[in-house]
Formats: sequence, C-alpha cells, structure tokens
Amino acid sequence: MGKYLLRRLAINVILVALAASLAYMLAATTMNPRATYQGRQPPIPEAVIDQTLDAYNLNDKTPVLQRYATWASGVIVGDFGKTWNGGSVNAEMGRRIFVSLRLLLIGTILGFAVGVALGAVSAVRQYKLSDRLIGVSSFVIMAIPVFVLATLLAIATYNVNRGLGFTLIEYTGEYNPRLSGFDQFLNRLNHLILPTISLSLGSIAFYSRIQRNMMLDVLGQDFVRTAMAKGLRRRTALTKHALRTALIPSATYFAFAFGTMFTGAIFTEKIFAWHGMGAWLIDAINANDVNSVAAVTFFTAICVLFAAFLSDLLVAALDPRVRVS
Amino acid sequence: MRSKVVLRRLYKNRQARYGFAALILLVALAYVGPLFGNYEWTEKDFLSFLSPPGPDHWWGTTSIGQDMYAITLRGMQKSIVIGLLVAVISTGLAAIVGAFAGYFGGWVDRLLMSGVELLLVLPSFLIIAIVSPRLKSDASWLWFVVLLAAFSWMVTSRVVRSMTISLREREYVQAAVYMGIPRWKIIFRHIVPNMSSLLIIDATLNVSAAIIGEAALSFFGFGIQPPDVSLGTLIASGSGNATGYPWLFAFPAGLLVLLVLSVNLIGDGLRDALDPGSNS
Repeated sequence: MGKYLLRRLAINVILVALAASLAYMLAATTMNPRATYQGRQPPIPEAVIDQTLDAYNLNDKTPVLQRYATWASGVIVGDFGKTWNGGSVNAEMGRRIFVSLRLLLIGTILGFAVGVALGAVSAVRQYKLSDRLIGVSSFVIMAIPVFVLATLLAIATYNVNRGLGFTLIEYTGEYNPRLSGFDQFLNRLNHLILPTISLSLGSIAFYSRIQRNMMLDVLGQDFVRTAMAKGLRRRTALTKHALRTALIPSATYFAFAFGTMFTGAIFTEKIFAWHGMGAWLIDAINANDVNSVAAVTFFTAICVLFAAFLSDLLVAALDPRVRVS
Repeated sequence: MRSKVVLRRLYKNRQARYGFAALILLVALAYVGPLFGNYEWTEKDFLSFLSPPGPDHWWGTTSIGQDMYAITLRGMQKSIVIGLLVAVISTGLAAIVGAFAGYFGGWVDRLLMSGVELLLVLPSFLIIAIVSPRLKSDASWLWFVVLLAAFSWMVTSRVVRSMTISLREREYVQAAVYMGIPRWKIIFRHIVPNMSSLLIIDATLNVSAAIIGEAALSFFGFGIQPPDVSLGTLIASGSGNATGYPWLFAFPAGLLVLLVLSVNLIGDGLRDALDPGSNS
C-alpha cells in the first residue's frame, strides 16, 4: 500500500508539473501583457515598460525559455510571481481560494445529498407519481445551463425586490462591507442564497438522474433479492445493499466535485460577482495576466489529482470487488 | 431480434415519443424555418434597431438590426451539429479507453489512465479559451468540435473502467475467455454492450453537455467566433439586458432549453427500452 501511494504521488507531481508548465508556455507565448501598458495616454516610454515588465518577469523580449526558468524556480520555492500590474499572485490566490470555498461548500454537499436521496427514492418508486415529478423537474433543470438559470434567478429576484419595495435577497457580491458583527454574518448568508440555489439545483438534478439509473440497474439483481429473501427488512436491504452498490458512480462524480471545489465555479462567480478562483481565470485571460493563469492552472491540477485519488478511495470503500493492485 | 424489441419498446415509451417529436420539430424549425422568414441571417435592417417582436420581424431585432428569427435559427443549426458530433466522438472514446484499461489492467491500464489524468489536469478551459478565438479559418468550428470532444470524455472513461473491472469477473466473460475468444472481441461483444445503458445515457447527456458547453464558452467569447453565431453567443449578448429587451434573451435561451430537454427525454426513453428489467 505504501509503495503504491508513493508511486502514485510521484506520478501526480510529474502530472502537475507538466500541466502547469504547458499552461505557462501557452499563456506566455500567446498573451501580450505589453498591450495593457502601450495603449495608455500619455504614452509610457518603451524603456520604462521594459523595466516594469522585466520586474514582473513578463517581458516578451526575454526568450520564453528564460522567462519559464525564472518562473519555475520561483514556483519551486512557492512563489508564483507577480500579476500583470505588480500584485503578488500568492496573496491574490490565498484570498480567492477561500472566497470560492465559502461559495461552493454548501452547494456541493447539498447538491450531492439531496440529489442521491431523490434519485434513490425515485428508482424505488419507479413510474409512481413521485418518480414522475422528480424526473420531470430534474429533466427541466438539467436542460437549463447555469448561466441561463443564474440570469433567470437574477431577473426573478430583481422583480421580487422591486415588487416588495425593499431588497429581500441580494445577488451581487459577497457581503456588504458597511455592516459588522452578526449583521455582517446574516448579510453574508443572504448573499449566498441565490448562488447556492443556482449551483445546487443543477447538481441535484444531475445526481438524482445518475442515481436513479444506477439504482434501477442494481434493484433487479440477485443480491438484493437474496438480501430480502434472507429476511432483511425492505428498507435495510435497499439502503445497505442496493444503495451502497448503486452509489459508486455518483460517488465518483462527487469526489471530483468535492476535490475541485476550491477551483471555483466560473459562471456563478462571474454572474453573481464573487471574486473567486473561477472568476480569476476569466479575468486573467482577458487581462493577459500570464502568471495568474499559470497559478490557477497549477492549483486546479493539484485539486483534480487530489479529487481523482479521493474518488478511488471512495470506490474501494464502497465496492468490495475492487482491489488495489 | 433485440433491436426490433428495443424499437418497439421505444415507440411505446411516452417520454421517448415526446422527445423525438420535439427534436424533429426543433431540427425542422432550424433547417426549414429560415426558408419562410422575411430576412436572411446576414441581413441587417437599418430602419429598426431593438424593435420588439412584430409582423415584420417575428422575433424582434437586435441592437444592430439583425432579425432575431433568422439568426436564432442559424445559431440553432450550429448548436445541433456541434452537440451530435461531440457526443459521438467523446462517448466512443470514453468506452474504448475505459474498457481497454479496465479489462487489460497492468501496464495498459496504467498508461491509459495516466493519459486520462494528464488530460484531466490539463487546463481544458484555458486551452480552448486561448486556442479557439485564434482559429480564423472557415472550418474553425470543426476544430472547436475536436477541442470540445477531446476534453469531455475522461470522467466517463474512469466510470467505464471501474465498471469493466467488475464485469471482467462475471461468468459470461470468463466463459468467453475459456472459449478462446480474442480479448479485443470480448471487450466489444461482452463488456461494452453490457454497459450500453450507461453509454447511451452518457451519449445523450453528452449531446446536451456539448450544446451547453459550446454555449458556455461562447458566453465569454471563447467559442464560436463572429460573424458566425450560435445559441451561446446569442444568449451571451441577450443576457446583459434581459430585463429591458427580453426577446434578445428569451428566444435563444428558450430554444436551447427545449433542445437539451428533448435530447434528454430521448435518452431516458432509450434507457427504459434498453433495460430488459423494465418490461413491466
């Protein structure tokens, strides 16, 4: 086991290095941070721009491999360099990770738990009214992309707030900086409502669909019948034998979702104006911010690999037939 | 014949019937509808900017005088083609890679799965976002399809792999092994068909996921490039002022939702038709 984990760790380190290097090369060769300084009024002298870009390791006159070497030697000691306007990428990342986590933690867990429960219920009562209701609503929700759903929610809230004459639900940003103490906490929760709904509705629909399908595959199998035949109550047989086996694909997806939670939700963050990791990637691409793009990629790679590891552990825990070899 | 049975079950299934009917109507609307419209999608009516739906412009006009009916249908054609192509490519790839990795195990498994992990850790969004706006040829949307497909099969292939690992130990697979059937044949005859319900669900989910993925990338301007349009680019430009000019947002968003919905209905009907246990 120890040897297996060590080998896996080594492979993962290589994969992260590859992904981050590739992202850096792609960003460094195609993006042009110089453009943001050149278009200014009054014009900045070329020498000053060069000096500034050199200080941030963004100068396109330096050969790309040399820039890469500077960047990589920084990353090895834990320094991701400077943003396009000279801020520290590390500080920015530290702040944004927790913004994304605050936004996604509730939505991810709520989505999985409610989705699996609804899917299992729906399979056990196949073709009954509750199954049809859950099925129809999850169909409709699955068909609505996050950015349409979020826009619809925002329009609805706008109309509700206007109809009521005061702001019941806030939907821009993370909190109101003028409040403090307990009011501040309530205000943060208020700001969470709409993004959490828009995040979790989609995953509830997704998990309930997967879970229903898998549960139906499992319900017809011999071991569930055997479990009931040997005298287990229906509820016990369903939860301990059927649900556990049918949970494997959902759990694989959930582990991914959980591990990649820190990398943010691009659309929800952009539409509801949270400055998390997802929004950072879009902003960095649009601002030609090479070092930030590379840092987001590096971090995402680590999260995805951790998620893959987590999903393997979960599958091994749930399925006795899978052996680590 | 199994396929006849499946088809008959499919016809009896109400969801599938509605799904097919809706999809046929939508495809007909996308490809036949433009023939009846008053305007071409390339035309601009400089006498009416942002006019609401009316007898001349059925679905209203945009801020530069384009006819919403014409460009929405044009965008829908693109979305349909992209969705189908991406789904076929990515589900096929996921099934083959996952089944081979799971069945052969050992170094094949390690090689394929580290490939999968490399693709998973590669910043797909970033690569598509940087590469796709730079493809300035006529066939740039085909490259976009390839990019979308290349980055959308990996998670499914992991699921296929873990299912293959447990299918490998089943009696009928063991029996086939002892009968001396070549291993690649076992994979295509016994392993993959026994995951068909998962694969078919996955393919239909992939059609809708690809349509949504295209729209999502286009939402930020990283997908289909102007002057070409897709439902995604239309939704992106419409969502900004959805409260003031609802027709800019409602028509493309509504059609996108209907399209995805009908594909999902077909997928679920297929699942019921393919599952022998759901006869009752």
